[in-house]
Parts: sequence; C-alpha cells; structure tokens
Amino acid sequence: MKQFLSFVQKEFRHILRDKRTMLILFGMPIVMIILFGFAVTTEVQNIRLAVLDPSNDQATTEIIRELQANTYFGSVMYVHTTEEANKAFLKNKADLVLTFEENFQENLLHTGTASIQLLVDGTDPNMCKILVGYVTNILTTYQQKRVTPDKAMIQIIPHVKMLYNPQTKSAYNFVPGVMGLILMLICAMMTSISIVREKETGTMEVLLVSPIKPLYIVFAKMVPYFVLSCINLTTILLLSVYVLGVPMSGNLGLLVAISMLFILVALSIGLFISTIVDTQVAAMLVSGMILMLPVILLSGMIYTIESMPVLLQYASHIIPAKWYVICVKKVMIEGLGFRAVFHEVVILFIMAIVFLTISIKLFKDRLQ
Amino acid sequence: MDKIVIETDLLTKRFGNFTAVDKISFQVTKGEIFGFLGANGAGKTTAMRMLCGLSIPTSGTGTVAGYDITKQPEMVKRNIGYMSQKFSLYEDLKVWENIRLYGGIYGLSEKEIAEKTDRLLHTLNFENERNTMVKSLPLGWKQKLAFSVAIFHEPKIVFLDEPTGGVDPVTRRQFWELIYKASDMGITVFVTTHYMDEAEYCHRVSIMVDGHIEALDTPKILKQQYGVKSMQEVFYHLAQTAKRGD
Repeated sequence: MKQFLSFVQKEFRHILRDKRTMLILFGMPIVMIILFGFAVTTEVQNIRLAVLDPSNDQATTEIIRELQANTYFGSVMYVHTTEEANKAFLKNKADLVLTFEENFQENLLHTGTASIQLLVDGTDPNMCKILVGYVTNILTTYQQKRVTPDKAMIQIIPHVKMLYNPQTKSAYNFVPGVMGLILMLICAMMTSISIVREKETGTMEVLLVSPIKPLYIVFAKMVPYFVLSCINLTTILLLSVYVLGVPMSGNLGLLVAISMLFILVALSIGLFISTIVDTQVAAMLVSGMILMLPVILLSGMIYTIESMPVLLQYASHIIPAKWYVICVKKVMIEGLGFRAVFHEVVILFIMAIVFLTISIKLFKDRLQ
Repeated sequence: MDKIVIETDLLTKRFGNFTAVDKISFQVTKGEIFGFLGANGAGKTTAMRMLCGLSIPTSGTGTVAGYDITKQPEMVKRNIGYMSQKFSLYEDLKVWENIRLYGGIYGLSEKEIAEKTDRLLHTLNFENERNTMVKSLPLGWKQKLAFSVAIFHEPKIVFLDEPTGGVDPVTRRQFWELIYKASDMGITVFVTTHYMDEAEYCHRVSIMVDGHIEALDTPKILKQQYGVKSMQEVFYHLAQTAKRGD
C-alpha cells in the first residue's frame, strides 16, 4: 500500500509540474464548451412518423400522402389514442407525432383554418428544427394546391410542441457531447501518454525490476487522472448549469456515478492504447485517430445517429461515448431515473471490464 | 569459501528459432564486481533480464540472492537493484523526490528514507542539489545519483546495464569509485559495459559471443591466456569469431 501511495504521489507531481498538461486538462473543457456553442446544422432522413388522425377525411389523407411521398420521411405508423401516440414517442418508435384536430376537413372548408399538432423531441434542437421545417413546408405546399374555387385562402395552423427542450437551446445538445469528448480524451490520451513515456525514457524497466507489482503501476497511473477527470466533470457541470443554463433535471448522484463509470471505460482504453504502442507520438496519434474523431462524429454529439447510413449506425454502437451521451441526455436533461438508462449503463460496464481485462493481460504478456 | 550469490546452470532463452542465450553456466560470489561483456546482440541483455526476473528462461536454472529466478521472481526483485543504460530517474522530479519514490517502492519507512537520503546526499556531495530538478543536473551527476538510488535499499546484488554510456572519463572514474565502495560494503556488482578500460576494473569478466560464454576469468588471467596486453585485445580476439550480426 505504501508502495502504491508513493507511486500515486509521484504521478501527481508529474502532472502538476507539467504546465502544458495542466493547461490541456483545465483549459480544454472551457474552450470546447464555447467552441461547440456554434452548433452544426445537419440533415435528417428516414424520419419515423406517427399519426393520430381522429377525423380521417379527405384532407388528412391527402396530407399524409404528401408526407409519405417526401423522401425525408420513412415509415408511417397510425395510432388511435393520445396515450398510444405518447407511448410510441417515448419508446423511441417515432421521431415525430402528428395529431390532426377533429373534423379537420370541415373546419378547413367552413372556417378556412384547421390545426395540426406536431410533437417532437426537443433534446436535439437541430433535428427538431429540421423536422418542423420539413412538415411546415409540406403543409404550405398543400395549402397552395388546395386553393378553393372562390380563391379564398385556407390556412392550416401547425402547433409545435417540443418535449424536454421547449426553448430549443442548443446547449442542451452539445453539453452531453462535450462531456463525453473531454472525459474520453483526457482519460485515455493522458493515461496512455504517461505510461508510454515511462517506456520511452526507460524508467518503466526500472519499475518492472522493482518489487512493485505491474498491476499497481497501472492503477497508480489511473488514480490521478481519475481524480482530475472528476474535477473536470465538476467544472463542466457548473459551466453548463450556471453559464449555459442547462437544467439539472435528474438525480445528480446518478449522473456522477454514470460519469465515473464512463471515466473508468476511458481510462481502460488509455491503458489499452499504451500496451499497443511504444512512443508518445504514436500514443497521441492513436488516441486522436481512434478516439477523438469517432467520438465527435459517431457519438451523436453533433450529427444525429438516426440520420446516418445503417453501417455507421452500427459502427456507433462500439463508441462508448455514444452510450454515455445518451445517459447524460436522459438523466441531466430529461430527468429520467436509473431504469431509463439501465441498458446503457450495462453496456458501459461491460466495455470497462472488457478493456481492463484485455489491457492488463497484454501489459503482463509484454513482460515475458 | 566465498558465498555464491548468483548461480546459473545451462540457462537458455529461445525466441522462436533464435537462441538468444545458449546454455550459460556461471557463478558470482558476494561482493564481487562481475563484468559481463559481449558485442551487441551477443545475448547480454537477455541474460540480464532473466537474472532480474523480467524474463522467464526457456530452460536451465538460475538462482539470484538465493532465490530461483523462475519460481520466485518476486523475491529476486526484492533483493536486487537495477540501473539501465537509459537514464533511470525521473527528470521532472527533484533529487529528493526521486530518492523518496524509490525508497517508497522498496517499502522503506519514512524515517529510514529521511536518514538515508541525508547520508546519500552527503556522500555524493549533493547537499545543495536536494531540491534541484534532476533534468538540470549534468549527465555524470545523474548517473552517479542513479547508481546511488539503485543501491538505496541495500540490495544484495546490483545490476548495471552499460551505466557509463556517454559519460566523460573523469566522471566515469568517479563512478567506478562508487562501484568499489558498494563492493566493499558487500554488494555484488553485475555490470555490462562496452568500455574495455572498465573491464580491467572488474574482479572477474565473462565474454559472451553468440549466446555462449566464451571466456570467464580475472582480467589478468584472460590476458595471459590469450597472450595479449589489454582486455581490448582479448575482446577483439573473441568477438571476431562471432557469426551473428547486430
């Protein structure tokens, strides 16, 4: 234990003494949060539509047909009650719920106006805006075609209702992504570099000849980065809540626990990288290639996974950050409990165990 | 009779078809300075790694400090010190922090570490450098410090892997004075080197060629045996027979 503590102390000294590392550690989260404030627009395809159509008349059928004919929309699902519609939405079977008012056509013909309710997921503001845009476009086109013989204008009024994110603040979208990215980068990149550095300078050799167990070396390397990542987590959360105004709707304890699990996954990946490369430069490149880009592109932080080609959607499954981002969205923004993220937590847990086991085995094998 | 601290019997290490170390057998006694010579690729490093418990022998046996290197590598590690040709201290730690770290790794108590640190710095005349970052020390000083750290926990044997590479002759001389001092204290010194003048300083020398030990005796007897005046010539004579390249 004393061996272990001396080692952890040494690691802290390395980090605290290296100004560049410190700058990256604590400057990066702030810079990133500001940078990603400029959200990226994306195109959404294969929108799954759920329709609640109590009037079921000529006008509604035509509108639905118009929507179906549009390439942006994929499947259409018919529901019969509001509860059913909500359920389809919550179970993630539909991206958009369209509710026609009763006597749609009659209202349209007699009063000239009729209304439609659009129910969209507001956690992803980009997608949300785009969805609403598509539907209103189609409705406008329909209106123009349906100009009555007496040239009186008809009007369909869409009522948009966003769940979870009524103000469409895009901070809601990128904060979970940035959290995933920063934690992944800091933990994995820093750990891998710090282990590989010892290999490069030759101190690893000396450590291996000493009676300290290889496993201790590995864990002692992880401890400081775990602590620093927790500090970073606090910084990001404080910035998000007090500067960007992202709500903390769910249980803070649950969020922190999930984050720690994710940090563990990231640390194990860092360890894994350190066992397969021999130089710091290689460690940096590998971390950059296999971590940064996929995390940015495939975790759903910028581009919606639903609108990606199927192949990429599958690829995104192996990105730990994807699952973490889902968890953060659910817990932090939607305020859901443990049951809602159980699936994701189990996946992260399995990832942590797999990476840890593989890398400890590789680390030991290299010694032979 | 002197106590034997390192003993190997037909120690062999194979990597696939390549036999890096081929049935080497030798003994080293307590307090001896044992020079382990050989051209690059002769198998020195592999042999040394096996003795340090870092690499498992393919066949043959070896004991270091009384412990079997295959069965009790942990006990072997507890009783040896090690210093490599690559610099083995942390550049971004202060002198005392490096000493403390190794003291801690070898399980010494705070009090022991404090006392011995004072003594070590005094012996090396390093008292003013206690708080200096290791990276700002001259190379020769670093190597002396690294050696002192390697024997800080008073190991039975210290393994030195080309400890004086790139060091100037004066500092090398001083470095060898430290080695003699350690040997006087009863610490066995197992050293590899490419400097043949250093080979002359050793009590006994072994010369490895292509994984075998081709010669093993005191420098004086080896020189007589080959009828030459210096270890340099002995080494050339043997190294020429090598079939393996680098």
